[in-house]
Amino acid sequence: MKKSVILGALALAGVSAGAAAAGTLDDVKARGKLNCGVVTGLVGFGAPDANGEWQGFDVSMCRAVAAAVLGDPNAVQFVPTTGKTRFTALSSGEIDLLARNTTWTFSRDVDLKFEFIGVNYYDGQGFMVPKALNVSSAKDLDGATICVQTGTTTELNLADYFRKNNISYEPVPIETNAEGQQQYLAGACDAYTTDMSGLASTRATFEAPGEHVLLPEIISKEPLAPLVRHGDNEWADVVRWTLNALIAAEEAGITSANIGELSAQAGDAPEINRILGTEGDLGEMLGLDNEWAKRAIMAGGNYGEIFEKNIGEASPIGLARGLNAQWTDGGLLYAPPFR
Amino acid sequence: MTTMTDPEKGGFHVSQLLSDTRYRAYTFQAIALIALIVAFAYLGANLVSNLRAAGLDISFKFLGSEAGYGVEQALIPYTSQSSNWQAAKVGILNTLLVAVLGCAMATVFGVIAGVLRLSNNWIVSRIMAAYVEAFRNVPVLIWILIIYAAVTNAFPVARDYLGEDPERNMMFGVMAFTNRGVYVPMPVWNAGAAVVLAVFVLSLIAIALYRRHVTKTLFSSGRILPTFWPTLALLIVPTVLAYFIMGRPIGFDAPDTLSNRFNIQGGVQISASFIALWFALSIYTGAFIAENVRAGIQAVSSGQTEAAAALGLRPRRIMKLVVLPQALRVIIPPLISQYLNLTKNSSLAIAVGYSDITATLGGITLNKTGRAIECVLLIMLFYLAISLAISVVMNIYNNSVKLKER
Repeated sequence: MKKSVILGALALAGVSAGAAAAGTLDDVKARGKLNCGVVTGLVGFGAPDANGEWQGFDVSMCRAVAAAVLGDPNAVQFVPTTGKTRFTALSSGEIDLLARNTTWTFSRDVDLKFEFIGVNYYDGQGFMVPKALNVSSAKDLDGATICVQTGTTTELNLADYFRKNNISYEPVPIETNAEGQQQYLAGACDAYTTDMSGLASTRATFEAPGEHVLLPEIISKEPLAPLVRHGDNEWADVVRWTLNALIAAEEAGITSANIGELSAQAGDAPEINRILGTEGDLGEMLGLDNEWAKRAIMAGGNYGEIFEKNIGEASPIGLARGLNAQWTDGGLLYAPPFR
Repeated sequence: MTTMTDPEKGGFHVSQLLSDTRYRAYTFQAIALIALIVAFAYLGANLVSNLRAAGLDISFKFLGSEAGYGVEQALIPYTSQSSNWQAAKVGILNTLLVAVLGCAMATVFGVIAGVLRLSNNWIVSRIMAAYVEAFRNVPVLIWILIIYAAVTNAFPVARDYLGEDPERNMMFGVMAFTNRGVYVPMPVWNAGAAVVLAVFVLSLIAIALYRRHVTKTLFSSGRILPTFWPTLALLIVPTVLAYFIMGRPIGFDAPDTLSNRFNIQGGVQISASFIALWFALSIYTGAFIAENVRAGIQAVSSGQTEAAAALGLRPRRIMKLVVLPQALRVIIPPLISQYLNLTKNSSLAIAVGYSDITATLGGITLNKTGRAIECVLLIMLFYLAISLAISVVMNIYNNSVKLKER
C-alpha cells in the first residue's frame, strides 16, 4: 500500500519592494503624468468639484508641479489617501508626491524616511463645538466626547493637551473627515478636533455654519508640508523650488494677470527675470527647461492667488492669511532667493 | 496479471530513486520540498535586503515606548502614557470580547432562524427565508455601517439625559440609550460578594448534576422527572438567600447624569461602535449558521421523525431527543468555519472606530511608529493563534458529538 502525498504547486506572489530610490523625475517624464496623493475630500484643500475636477489648495500644488515638469497642469493622476494610507502610498512608490495637509514632524522626516520640501500652510489644531453648548474655552471640555481622526498627529496632541490640563475626555476615533462631520452633527461627539483650517473647511459645508464655533485655543503647531521620498534629491529639489517659486512670485508681484507681459522679455527686476527664465539658466540646473516656474505660476497663479481662490476670506472657507502671509506682511512665508 | 514485479532484496542503487516505485514518490516530494524552501528563502532574503537598502530594520522596541493616544473602550487600565504593548493588549481583549459575544449571539440567531425556516407555518418560514437571504447576500461591512448609522442617528443624544431637569428620563432610573452607546449600572463588589458568587457557581453545578440524574432516571426506570421548575428554583433561591444572609454585598453604581455637563458618568458604557459591530457580525453570521442548521436538520432522514412520532413523542421532544443530536454531527464542522469567519471579520471594527487589535496595534501604533512589518506580523500571529484555538476547541466538541463507531 502506498500513499502518495502530492505537494500542490504553490503560486508564490513575489513581493518586490519598490526600491524606487532615484529617478522619480525621469519616471514622471516618461509616464507623462504626475501621481499626486491628496486628501479623500476636504473642501478648499482637495476635493472634486461638481464636474469631477479636483480643486483646492493642496491640489494646486500638484498642478503646479505637473505644469513645471510636464508642461500641463492637468497631467495629474490624483490618488485620494486617508490619514492611514498616505505614507505607505508614498514609500511604496504609488505616488510621486504627497500634498495632503500633512504635518511635518521629526519622526516622519527622520524615522519614516521622507523629505518634507517646505511648509505650504502654517496650521494649528483647534476644536469646533456647537454654540448651544456654551463652551468658550477648550479647558471647559472636561469629560466631553471628542471626535478625532485616527492615525494622525491630531490624536496625539489631543491626548497631550488633556493630560497637561489634567482633564478627561472620551475619544471617538473616525476614519475620514466626512465620517467625523456626520458623527459631530448627529451629536455623537460634543466637539470635533482637527487642524483649524480643516475645521473652517468642514464648517463651511454645514447647513448652518453660524451654529458652530471654533474655540480660541490652538493646541499644537501644525506646519503642513508636501513631501516626497527620502533619497531622491533631484526630485525633492524640483518640488521644493516649485513651491518656492509660487511664494517668491507673490513677493515679487508676479501674478497670473501680468505674467505674460513680464515673461515676454527680460525686464528691470533681475529676480523676476531669473524666476521666469528670461535670464540665467536655473531651470536647466533643475533638469527642466527655463520656463518651468512660469508654467507653475500660470497653472493657478502665485501663492497668494491660490490661497485666496481656495481658502481665502472671499471663499466659503474664509481663512485669514495670518501666519501664512509673506514675511514682508508679518507672516512666516519666506522663500530663499532665486540665484 | 500485474505490472509490478517483486523488487530484489538488498543492494540499493541510487538509480532506484527514480526507477523504483517504492522510492520514486519520496524523491519527488523531497525535490518539491527543497524547491519550496528555496523559494521562501529567496523571498525572505529579498525582503531583508530591500529593507536594508531602504535603511529599515526589524525591531520590536517600539512596543515598550509610550503610546500617546487614548482609546474609547479599554477593559484593562490604560492611559495615553501606557506603552504600545499595553495598547495592543487593550485591542486584543476588545477583539476577543466582540468575537466571543458575537459567536454566542450568532449561534442563537442561527439556531432560531434555521429551525423556524423549516416551520410549517408559511409566514414564519418565509420571514426567516427573507432574513437569511437579505443578510447573507449583503457584505458585512455594509451592515456594520448601516447599523452604526442607525444607532447614531436614531438614538437620542446624551445631553437629553443630563442635568436636573432632563428632557428624557433613564429607563428604570438606571439605563440610558444614547447615540454614544448604552449606559447600564456597574456592579460593585463589596466584602462577602465572593460568597454569593461561589453559591451561584455551586447552584449551577447542582443544576447540571440534577439534570444528569433526570436523564439517568429516564433511561433506567422510564420515569420523566420535572426539570423546568427545579432548575429555576436552584438557579435563584440559594443565590438570593446568600445575598441577603451576607448583608447585600453586591451594589450597583448607576450612571450619573448630574456630575458632568457633556456626558453620562459612571456605570458601564456599552459604546455605539461596539453595539454596531457586535450586532452586525452576529446577525450576518447568524444567517449563515441558519443555513447550516437547516441543512443539518434536513440531513436527518424523515423516517427518524416519523418513527419517533409513532412511538408517541411530542414534536418538541422529537426535535430535542431524536433530530438535534443527529443534526449536530452535520452542523458542527461548518459552524467552526462560521466562528472563524466572525472572528476575522471583527477586524472590520476600524470602520466604526471600535478599538480592536487592528485599530490599535495595526492602526494608530503602526501609523505613529511607521513599523508596518512588525505590527502586521504581530497581528497575523494573533489572528492565527485565535483561529487555531477556536478550531481546536470546536474539534474537541465535534469529537464528543460525532457518531461513536464501535
